[in-house]
Amino acid sequence: MSRKRQPELAPVVWESGIEIKPVYDASDVEASGGAGDIGVPGQFPYTRGIHPHMYRQRPWTMRQYSGFGTAAETHERFLYLIENGQTGLNVAFDLPTQCGLDSDHPMAAGEIGRVGMAVDTLADMEEAFADIDLNRITVSLTINGAAAPIMAMYFAMARKRGFELSELRGTAQNDILKEFIGRGTWIYPVEESVRLVGDTMEFCARNVPRYSAVSVCGYHIRESGATAAEEMAYGLAIGRAYIDHVLARGLAVDDFARGISFNFDIHGNLWEQVAKFRAGRRLWARILKEDYGAENPRSMQLRMIAGGGGGGLTIEEPENNITRGATYAMASALSGTQTMALCSYDEAYTIPSEHAALLSLRTMQILMHETGMCDTVDPLAGSWFVETTTNEMEQKILEIMERLEREGGIIRSIAEGHVQAEVNRHAYELEKRIRSGETKKVGVNCCKSDEDAPRPKVEFHPYRVEEAEKQIARLEKVRAERDADAVASTLERVREAAASGENVMPSIMDAVEAYATGGEVCSTLESVFGHYREPVSF
Amino acid sequence: MSAPGDHPARVLVAKPGLDGHDVGAKVVCRALRDAGFEVIYTGLRQSPKAIATAALQEDVDAIGLSILSGAHLPLCEAVAAELSEAGIADSVRWFVGGNIPEGDHAALRDLGTAGIFPTGSDFEEIAATIRRVLDEVPV
Repeated sequence: MSRKRQPELAPVVWESGIEIKPVYDASDVEASGGAGDIGVPGQFPYTRGIHPHMYRQRPWTMRQYSGFGTAAETHERFLYLIENGQTGLNVAFDLPTQCGLDSDHPMAAGEIGRVGMAVDTLADMEEAFADIDLNRITVSLTINGAAAPIMAMYFAMARKRGFELSELRGTAQNDILKEFIGRGTWIYPVEESVRLVGDTMEFCARNVPRYSAVSVCGYHIRESGATAAEEMAYGLAIGRAYIDHVLARGLAVDDFARGISFNFDIHGNLWEQVAKFRAGRRLWARILKEDYGAENPRSMQLRMIAGGGGGGLTIEEPENNITRGATYAMASALSGTQTMALCSYDEAYTIPSEHAALLSLRTMQILMHETGMCDTVDPLAGSWFVETTTNEMEQKILEIMERLEREGGIIRSIAEGHVQAEVNRHAYELEKRIRSGETKKVGVNCCKSDEDAPRPKVEFHPYRVEEAEKQIARLEKVRAERDADAVASTLERVREAAASGENVMPSIMDAVEAYATGGEVCSTLESVFGHYREPVSF
Repeated sequence: MSAPGDHPARVLVAKPGLDGHDVGAKVVCRALRDAGFEVIYTGLRQSPKAIATAALQEDVDAIGLSILSGAHLPLCEAVAAELSEAGIADSVRWFVGGNIPEGDHAALRDLGTAGIFPTGSDFEEIAATIRRVLDEVPV
């Protein structure tokens, strides 16, 4: 035994509850479950990534969240981003669009085009994507409660432009379950909302098979306060819930599971995020293969967009967020993400300026081209520390998923508000730890350059009443020029399908092609489904 | 805040408009509850009228509006109007928190807000301010 006095080391415990040793060796890997599941990149259980050559073959896609104002303005921003090397588009919609309200709805006042683009009808969708090659640029639609009509408008637009739906790629967020936990753009009650997700999944499986109909978002659950382990556990549980639902319709798992992708958050401890992703990828593969009997490897592969990190950014000394973002992007690359998006440094307090958004894109490009992030696959593999914590994280995630199952499953837990309350409790505790200095935030509770430094000026794009009026005028023009009978009859078919349990997507496609508005489709569905009543616990 | 022995002050925390970011609102709910307030939370997507009605029915002393989308000016104006309409503009003080640019503070004060808590405000400061304001005006 060493005669040296052991130093007193303060304990290190990750947010997810994993205790970290000062030194790891091979015995730790063994004790945590062994190295048997590390495997080979591109092969089950995909711990090391879903492709054999990962970024050597194809670097991550960079897909910044953008969109504001009218479709015409958003179109211009899209062209600017593509010109600057962005390879995908991540479309932001304004709140009325997201909540299924047309621009002339009273609740839309003051919100038209504010946090994203306003889309009332197919005409807006056509304008936003004019001349953009949808085969080359993959488009992600950040839409949930109103996903059915907005996806239908996107598909209708693509078809009108001559793209084959059978070949069309892209992603819709369309994860309504997480909206009940965080983000809040729900419309219908939980069960009916899940049925709508099922309708879009089934429709895509049959008609748009290369399209990712759902992007399950651990992201917003973590942003709402969940730990990294909870983020992954709730995300995978939500993925399972959608699979169970679609299986009950008689589809085979391999017909649709490849249409489920994931959206995860990165902030906080870098190693904890890496363990989260490597463990999550492995668990998802195992769930698909062992629990659902999937045979197609694509069904088992956890494809993801990872990045963001808004919850880690601070309004204090906001330029520090540029540095934080770089570490989040690095964690994302080290975790084998397919697509990356990064919050801009000013996103903690406003909608990103063009300059800040470009800096985020440049951050990801510097990582890609200057730092060797693409040199080799899963560079952290084989580290005793990383493999041990990956094993331990897998256990943590499994424990949370099993607890959820025992408590009646994720859908019930959400409907009753338990997940929401639990997540919010964590948010409050984290906030208290930051206030007390227990959790360190540079520039906030430690390492502050100047106690009296002025806070950054919070500025919004000024709300442009004339642009909002333009959007309403455009909507009125479409309403005046469309075939009113076609709109009425197609909406009636939407109502019938909703009531009978038949898939609503084909009739919604007909309705939006007749230039029915998103609000009309959503209120038609609401007349059958009713409105969600939020359990207002905190 | 009420004098010792009185009922604790009641605060309605509300999310007006369409903004779905409710982490801050719910965290403030917990902080105010821990600071001794009775807290009622409306949930998301409340119309200004629904907020005024809830304030009246719940007999609250204060309202905290949480808005992060940037639509605070039209929403606060509408809430202030509904409070007047409901006849409680003088008895209920209202506060606003979230992404509130400094340039809008004066306009919000003109609309009658009793306090503004921009993103990153300290819990203790929020609780102390509400307490001080309620002490100033007997309700």
